[in-house]
Amino acid sequence: MRMSGALRRSRGRDPLGLRRALSDRLLPALVAAMALLGALALAGARGAADLSGRWQSGAAAAITVQLPAATGGEKLERALAALRALPEVEAARAMDQARLAALLRPWLGEAPALPLPVVIELHLKHLPAAPDALTERIAQAVPDAAVEAHGVWVARLVAVARSLQGIAMAVLLLVAGVGVAVVAVAVRAGIAARREAIAILHDLGATDTDIAGRFARRVAILVGGGALAGTLAAAPVLAGFADLAAPLLGGQPAGSVLALPWGSLPWAELALLPPLAAGIGWLTAQITVRRWLRRLP
Amino acid sequence: MLAAGAGGGIVRAMVRFAGVGLRYATPAGSGPAGPGPEVLRDISFTLPPGSFHWLLGPSGAGKSSLLGLMHLALRPSRGEVEILGLPISRARRRSLPALRRRIGVVFQDFRLLPHLPVFDNLALPLRIAGRSEMQIRADVMEMLRWIGLESKAAALPASLSGGEQQRVAIARAVVMRPALLVADEPTGNLDMGQARRVLALLQEMHRLGTTVVVATHSEALVAEYPAPALHLSEGRLVFHG
Repeated sequence: MRMSGALRRSRGRDPLGLRRALSDRLLPALVAAMALLGALALAGARGAADLSGRWQSGAAAAITVQLPAATGGEKLERALAALRALPEVEAARAMDQARLAALLRPWLGEAPALPLPVVIELHLKHLPAAPDALTERIAQAVPDAAVEAHGVWVARLVAVARSLQGIAMAVLLLVAGVGVAVVAVAVRAGIAARREAIAILHDLGATDTDIAGRFARRVAILVGGGALAGTLAAAPVLAGFADLAAPLLGGQPAGSVLALPWGSLPWAELALLPPLAAGIGWLTAQITVRRWLRRLP
Repeated sequence: MLAAGAGGGIVRAMVRFAGVGLRYATPAGSGPAGPGPEVLRDISFTLPPGSFHWLLGPSGAGKSSLLGLMHLALRPSRGEVEILGLPISRARRRSLPALRRRIGVVFQDFRLLPHLPVFDNLALPLRIAGRSEMQIRADVMEMLRWIGLESKAAALPASLSGGEQQRVAIARAVVMRPALLVADEPTGNLDMGQARRVLALLQEMHRLGTTVVVATHSEALVAEYPAPALHLSEGRLVFHG
């Protein structure tokens, strides 16, 4: 039997037989599934952050109170004092008439003669449990006022979006933790399958760095490849989600796959997933193998 | 003859045992935890560089344990083992791999890597030591010629006879030109003809200046190749000479 030089060199570079002991099927498949979950969590966190940021401005004034036009002077001061006296209110400020006019100009045009209502912005100490009850009390405190509490609901949505962001990051950490456990189990199985070969290399003077490095390099390649496949598989799913969320962000749903909002995906974070996973796999393999090698003299 | 020590200095003893005792830990689930009985007791001797010694004794006398201490597979429970001038019980673990590369070991069951062809089994110590592929090729082919298996470079170990596998194991043990060569029953699985050929290789290494220790049960081989011997009985050294 004659063996080609290339085959001899390739086998010589893998004296522990890790290409069979750490196979290129199960571990990359598991990592790909976890990378897909990680990518979804990552994009979920990013999406929740975007929504939260977009809605944040809407929640700046939790409640607005409108008084009839030309309310001024003493009556306005009384209204402001009554509102500030409410325990839930942190600040009450009359909106500048010039700013209000500027805001309404696109709809009303230059119409200085048109009487504009006086608008008071209320900032609350806490979001009220029952906004309707608070609205009622404001109406009693300031007769003739029209109360608008939409900001309370927006603030609640922002709180939900922030919670989703936190949950998504927790899911990402959980996926990374499970990934570490999966790699550790795979490496231990590889060690068990190659226990004799490891002992022979050790007896021949191989250092822990050498043996652990062989495992770590193999694991990094498998995990990195699996994570890349999982991330690529996640991309169309994420683009579909982004398309569904487009109306919430002021956009339009796409008509075709190519028109999906590919550009809105968090590509920078997604691109980091495979090298990050490979790095975690490399480190986990190093620690697992080195801990096992400590039992050898 | 003098030899270079682990730290590069000159040593007068290749192997020195002083009051050495060895216990194995009790395997889990086979009785109370803790150290087991002493398998080696109060072993003291010195092997000068370039010597050849037989290691003799009945089964269970502790021959493999003694060789395990010599090739750094074990550390003594008490006393001091000095190999190539390095006291093993006080040596840091990270300093042992470099010393192992200067010690060749041959086992009764060959311990070749079954998935690697003969060439790569022989190349393994050189690759571990980081030698260049060009030098590895030259050294391995020289060793293959020495053991008469040049034509089997691409064969897997399982396709070789027991004697051929043991010759490959000896070539792997000496390819790094070790200062110390220990062999644990190297002829135990071979017929007399193959055993003589294996022993001739070990004798040749001795002639080239390597310190050689061979554990054996074969009285016939010892009679054919008279040499100083260490006799073990029940974990004690009963005769050295």
